[in-house]
Amino acid sequence: MADNTASKTKNSALTGNSAMALAMKQIDPDVCAVYPITPSTTVIEEFSSYVADGAVETEFVTVESEHSAMSACIGASAAGGRAMTATSSQGLALMWEMLYIASGMRLPIIMTTVNRALAAPINIHCDHSDSMGARDSGWIQLYSETVQEAYDNLFQAVKIAEDERVLLPVMVCLDGFITSHAIEVLSLITDDEAKDFVGDYTAKHPLLDTDNPASMGALALPDTYMDFKHVQSDAIAASKEVVIEVGKEFGKRFGREYGLIDTYQLEDADVAIVILNSAAGTTRVAIDELRAKGLKVGLLKPRLFRPFPHAEMVEALKGVKAVCVLDRADSFSGFGGPLFNEVRSALYDMEDRPKIMGRIYGLGGKDYTTENAVAIYEALFDVVKTGKIDTLNDYMGS
Amino acid sequence: MTKKSKAKDMPLGGVIPKGGNAHDYETGGWRKFQPVLDSDKCTSCLICWVMCPDSSIMVEDGKMVGFDMEHCKGCGICAVECPDKIKAITMIDQEESKEGGCE
Ligand code: SF4
Ligand code: SF4
Repeated sequence: MADNTASKTKNSALTGNSAMALAMKQIDPDVCAVYPITPSTTVIEEFSSYVADGAVETEFVTVESEHSAMSACIGASAAGGRAMTATSSQGLALMWEMLYIASGMRLPIIMTTVNRALAAPINIHCDHSDSMGARDSGWIQLYSETVQEAYDNLFQAVKIAEDERVLLPVMVCLDGFITSHAIEVLSLITDDEAKDFVGDYTAKHPLLDTDNPASMGALALPDTYMDFKHVQSDAIAASKEVVIEVGKEFGKRFGREYGLIDTYQLEDADVAIVILNSAAGTTRVAIDELRAKGLKVGLLKPRLFRPFPHAEMVEALKGVKAVCVLDRADSFSGFGGPLFNEVRSALYDMEDRPKIMGRIYGLGGKDYTTENAVAIYEALFDVVKTGKIDTLNDYMGS
Repeated sequence: MTKKSKAKDMPLGGVIPKGGNAHDYETGGWRKFQPVLDSDKCTSCLICWVMCPDSSIMVEDGKMVGFDMEHCKGCGICAVECPDKIKAITMIDQEESKEGGCE
């Protein structure tokens, strides 16, 4: 493939969920085990139409719960197939037990996670408490700002997960309703390009290979359990390199390259916001407004959250004087959200580290506006001026 | 400081990449009670052979000849299942049996 040759791209206007369903169709997994839940339902609804139309070869398994959906994916993946699913919120929470089994058994399952708040109170709208709750489950997590990114991430997720240096499950997160149900023009790759990019999956010890019987999910006692976890931990840490490689290859083939983090106007910025997913887009608009007034403001958007791109963050935030980390989830530690804590910890060893504060925003779908972002930047300039943070952590707008 | 992990040489994700190796795992150490055969009573009906969950009834030429003590867990199922009229297996305390003879 020639460099920077845009493939026979086709532009199309799709919702985030339609784009994910289309990507799944183009990947054509062996097994898709699902249980629908808002706001991820239409991913599966549309994918089931592809199944009904015979557009894919996929074995489509409708199960009785998300716990079963993940269990069936684990079985399918252990059998040697490429398994995919999608979920949100309580559905992800119900998969809990099985998430750890998928990663511990080193099964490259791919899941679309359409981010939604967790009950109680019941709420169907966007925040990141679902996927943040799964952050220690051993899954690689990619976050997506736009429909285009979510679509592109799903293909890359397959390649990352199945790389023999990785062999771990990957979830691709996108914001419920904001991204999942909003129509956006995106550039699509063709079915052939998709197939060629993800390639075939050949499992090392497929259970269906009856000539070479294997057992999976065995017991490991104190003499070996910790060693298995150690290897798993090294594997997810090392997967960063594969994420970078795959992002580069995607860029080479389709003209859109991806890294571990994305920045906007950060190079000479005095103050910066760190934020995940769709709210990064809103922040970019606020940055344009403030830059027009000559204010040096910038953005850091992690694309990869698991493993955590700590070194890349330190590099990107060099020279920045004050940072606000915005979390769309609370960890109920009394000490800010998960992203805040990890960014703050990553920057601890910096010589000239910036002042860092945390704000929780947008829970249960509460709007995050350009005015909100502007107010944060103003507060950050105050911190730079006074050299002091008044309130380290707070809820924004409530 | 960091010891090289043993699991680096182990199959990924704890998979057991070969079949038929359950025999290599000795479960006899779990035993609290031990089956003892009265071969005078035993008719070699082999009901115990069918019922033993650990394939620990040893049979030669169609005759029950004893127990595989490396794998017998001492569950006592064989003693219960041996027909009422025969009752050729008794379970005895493993420790007592050691005191009684093995040591
Ligand atoms: S069940 Fe009793 S009689 Fe039958 S083979 Fe076993 S020990 Fe002998
Ligand atoms: S005690 Fe249990 S394990 Fe041992 S031989 Fe009898 S049935 Fe088998």
